[in-house]
Amino acid sequence: MDTMRDRFAPVVTRLLDEDPRVAVVLAEIGADGFAEARRRHPDRVVNVGIREQLLVGAAAGMALTGLRPVVHTFASFLVERPFEQVKLDFGHQGAGAVLVSAGASFDWPAGGYTHMAPGDVALLDTLDGWTVHVPGHPDEAETLLRQAVAAGDDKVYVRLSAQSNTRGLPVDGERLRTVREGRTGTVVAVGPVLDAVLDATQDLDVTVLYATTVRPFDAAGLRRATGTSGTDVVLVEPYLAGTSTAAANDALADVPHRVLGLGVGRAELRRYGRVDEHVAAHGLDARSLRARIGGFVGAGRQAPVGA
Amino acid sequence: MTIAEERTHAYGYTDLAALMGLMTGDEKHGPAATSTLDVLWVLYDRVLRVGPDRMDDPGRDRFLLSKGHGPMAYYAVLAAKGFLPVEWLPGFGSYDSPLGHHPDRVLVPGAEIGSGSLGHGLPIAVGTALGLRAQGLDEPRVWTLIGDAELDEGSNHEAIAFAGPAGLEGLHTVVVDNSSASYARPGGIAARFDAAGWSALTVDGRDHDALHAAFTAPHPGRPHVVVARVEPKNA
Repeated sequence: MDTMRDRFAPVVTRLLDEDPRVAVVLAEIGADGFAEARRRHPDRVVNVGIREQLLVGAAAGMALTGLRPVVHTFASFLVERPFEQVKLDFGHQGAGAVLVSAGASFDWPAGGYTHMAPGDVALLDTLDGWTVHVPGHPDEAETLLRQAVAAGDDKVYVRLSAQSNTRGLPVDGERLRTVREGRTGTVVAVGPVLDAVLDATQDLDVTVLYATTVRPFDAAGLRRATGTSGTDVVLVEPYLAGTSTAAANDALADVPHRVLGLGVGRAELRRYGRVDEHVAAHGLDARSLRARIGGFVGAGRQAPVGA
Repeated sequence: MTIAEERTHAYGYTDLAALMGLMTGDEKHGPAATSTLDVLWVLYDRVLRVGPDRMDDPGRDRFLLSKGHGPMAYYAVLAAKGFLPVEWLPGFGSYDSPLGHHPDRVLVPGAEIGSGSLGHGLPIAVGTALGLRAQGLDEPRVWTLIGDAELDEGSNHEAIAFAGPAGLEGLHTVVVDNSSASYARPGGIAARFDAAGWSALTVDGRDHDALHAAFTAPHPGRPHVVVARVEPKNA
């Protein structure tokens, strides 16, 4: 199967052909994929070299002239390294752009911690007005990329990952999608963790909601679901654990509820290896999730049937 | 003649001190408080093709004040040129005033960017020049003003090193050099730009005709920097 990143350049190249507002700004990473697009649109495909402050600042300048920049590099160098540019050159200036990252939390484990960005969504969450898409499949990534570019002058972050679910689902760029219904708890699976969450919960009587757009958080969708599945809520996120815990708490502020935030741990593992080894190390494989979710839902009230 | 044009004609360079006085309550301003004043005046009076009635015109020149600290001279020039009402000046820095100690483009008519954090204007100016070029807008010129100490920020060097080889002819930078950088070498500023392929001139930042000549010097195929030297900040 192709990856989300494999889709990125072809999809955005088509958008460059279709819409004269679209521009692509790169800092070497991913430039090969846009070689042909750059020949066709030499002024709208810009590679600034390995200069991430300029990457973001220049994109903001392009946006101020009316273009719709799509800005791309690894998540660590797109959000974390030039964070003040993201905060000021878009937010404070009132400019918009689509930031598309690769690498996610640990797509390249052998590359080590310098190329891991589990904190990207939490960091963006300190800012106002960002839409954050976390697709879980290349088809979803394609849909959400198109939607992000078409979103006027909004500030949109699209987090691409090498991790993927087996099948894509229809996504609307806004709401939680109910994948399974149950009565003793509500599990929100974000993007590429869905397959593992479904495996982990197949013998649990829980509702599974699928999120591919986490900001703004679909508070109404979560509230609605908890009406039947109860207010024991587990969030499983493919980035820093607890990133959306506050959003879930806010959604349920006026009802008694419990929230468990699962995701990538804060501690640096200092391990290389493979993606599946890191998934397991952070307790995000199906077996670990089964134990952690099963131990939480219903524990405040009664044991689930058969436990 | 529009009201804005009348206003434009109503204020001259000699009025700027009084306009600044409305913000500071001070009749006279030392050079340190006004290091940018002559540069700003010459740009707005003789170089930039902008005006209060042109802020939505895609073909206008863009002036990006990157050195947002000490913006009294900037506000005074914008008021003199009719971008903002003179009546706003006395409220400078107060809660209800659009005029902060660092400008905010969302609040200040005529301000192309908000600034305050150093090192943001030149990268944004690079993108502005790229964006105009990509839309076939070859006429408008992009200007940014930075301070000599602001050049310490590495983001400027990312922009300088890119803009030269990229041949961004539409990009112009004026560095107001009041020797405020702690680790500067005399003559180093123009050389830094020159080494990156920019057209570079150094002039007396108080000499209006010299500034005008430097601002309007041809620089085909290259971005252009003018280093405007003024009295040292700590002299």
